[in-house]
Amino acid sequence: MSAQNLLIELSYFTASILFVLGLRGLSHPETARRGMFMAEFGMLLAVIGTLLHRDIVSYEWIIVGLLAGSTIGVAMGLWVPMTAMPQRTALSHAFGGLAAALVGVSEFLRHGEHLGTFKVTALGFEVLLGGITFTGSLIAFAKLQELVKGTPITYKGQNVLNGLLFASAVVIFVALVLNPGHTALFYAMCALALLFGVLLVLPIGAADMPVVIALLNSYAGLASAATGFALGNNVLIIAGTLDGGSGFILSILMCKAMNRSITNVLFGAFGSATATVETGEEGVMREVALDDVATQLAYARQVVFVPGYGMATAQAQNAVRELANILEHRGVQVKYAIHPVAGRMPGHMNVLLAEANVPYSQLYELEQINPEMPTTDVAVVIGANDVVNPEARDNPKSAIAGMPIIEVDKAKSVIVLKRGRGKGFSGLENPLFFKPVTGLLFGDAKTSLTRLAAAVNEL
Amino acid sequence: MNEVLIAGLYVFVLAAFLGYQVISRVPPLLHTPLMSATNAISGISLIGSLVTAGAKYNTTSTILGVVAVTAATINVVGGFIITDRMLKMFKREAKPAAAEKK
Repeated sequence: MSAQNLLIELSYFTASILFVLGLRGLSHPETARRGMFMAEFGMLLAVIGTLLHRDIVSYEWIIVGLLAGSTIGVAMGLWVPMTAMPQRTALSHAFGGLAAALVGVSEFLRHGEHLGTFKVTALGFEVLLGGITFTGSLIAFAKLQELVKGTPITYKGQNVLNGLLFASAVVIFVALVLNPGHTALFYAMCALALLFGVLLVLPIGAADMPVVIALLNSYAGLASAATGFALGNNVLIIAGTLDGGSGFILSILMCKAMNRSITNVLFGAFGSATATVETGEEGVMREVALDDVATQLAYARQVVFVPGYGMATAQAQNAVRELANILEHRGVQVKYAIHPVAGRMPGHMNVLLAEANVPYSQLYELEQINPEMPTTDVAVVIGANDVVNPEARDNPKSAIAGMPIIEVDKAKSVIVLKRGRGKGFSGLENPLFFKPVTGLLFGDAKTSLTRLAAAVNEL
Repeated sequence: MNEVLIAGLYVFVLAAFLGYQVISRVPPLLHTPLMSATNAISGISLIGSLVTAGAKYNTTSTILGVVAVTAATINVVGGFIITDRMLKMFKREAKPAAAEKK
């Protein structure tokens, strides 16, 4: 091993260790930033190490790519608002998939028929996963950015078509491994991967995006790991596997939080117009006056806010925080209950509330807050629906049966901030709205909260 | 059997176990930063594309490499910046001064 190679390997080795330590830092908010600095340093080392690679003969194009990427990266990093985090994440998975796939294509073009079975297999995985991630994430991005409608896009025979597509991709993959020199097969596989990515995500509804984003995260990571196998590079395998594993764990957590299987999320087209709407108990929604709500809040001992995606769309997180501030000044205990699938990506609500300056010691997970519900005076539901639907708990036949919910109906009083009388994403009627304990305050969540804050101030 | 493959599989499986242990400990509170952090880290595919972009194997390779370097760099740079921006926001107690000033 030459001194140069030794240096390169040393930089990769150190980077691998720093990545793991960096992720370990994320186990607590206090150590998280320090962890990320370590990971950043690791990345820097790995990049510098790579620049010593003896195959690199010219730096001009590298510099062009690095500059272009850094400019766009810095711009996105600094200016993307926190509410757009799900879209940004989807887009970055697309970039990750693209980068992996392109390296794979270029490796294939360079070596062609001289590739051994093992290397072709690795390249195949890399291009397949990279391609699926690229187009799949672009569709997810379009849905989240509302360039495409968020409801599932379905047609007859969809699952059959997708199954056939996937099967032919696998067949071509196997054929390619047997005849590595066959360029046409390789391009056919690339095309199928790109098409499959689009068709896979189209039928999935916007509210299922937490699972899809996590899954695409996993694919992007595995594509990087496959790149590592193809190039015989361990730091790529390690970093890719960490990313792949993380996405996988998150998608399983999200599925558990909805009591659904991954297959159901991917192929169930949940929440589409065709989903049967069972109208269980019809009832009257009790509308409450703003001043009544203000009085209830002002004289409560404990208030729990339950945010959902509606809070993000109404940009109401700062208004929540202001109302909470006023309540706290009056000695009211304020807590926030966060359902794992509230919002459009894992942890979405936590980030929005943290941005609005809510300390994380006030953010409670489902299991922590449910036992406190019976002693809570007022639970305020802000733009959340399915995650507080008691049907999930009470009606075994419901489409969301068994999904863990935040049991706001056990609180002494429930106030639901709601835009209109419409149904939730799943198309299900929510009996919570008809319970005697529940009062509905119609209107834009942000306006309602601001007016509530003013009303409480005057009491 | 290929030695590189065997060594790679060892690394892959061990990294998977290690990753499972480390990532299961990340609280749901930090799941969004976790996702953008792992995304930035997997931008390590940058090092593969750097070689492709700088090696002058052939013109197509160079073009693909440059695009790949750009895409991966966006993830690395953007991902780490955003992760840090998010992590800065998580505070145990609200700082009274900062909260008032808004």
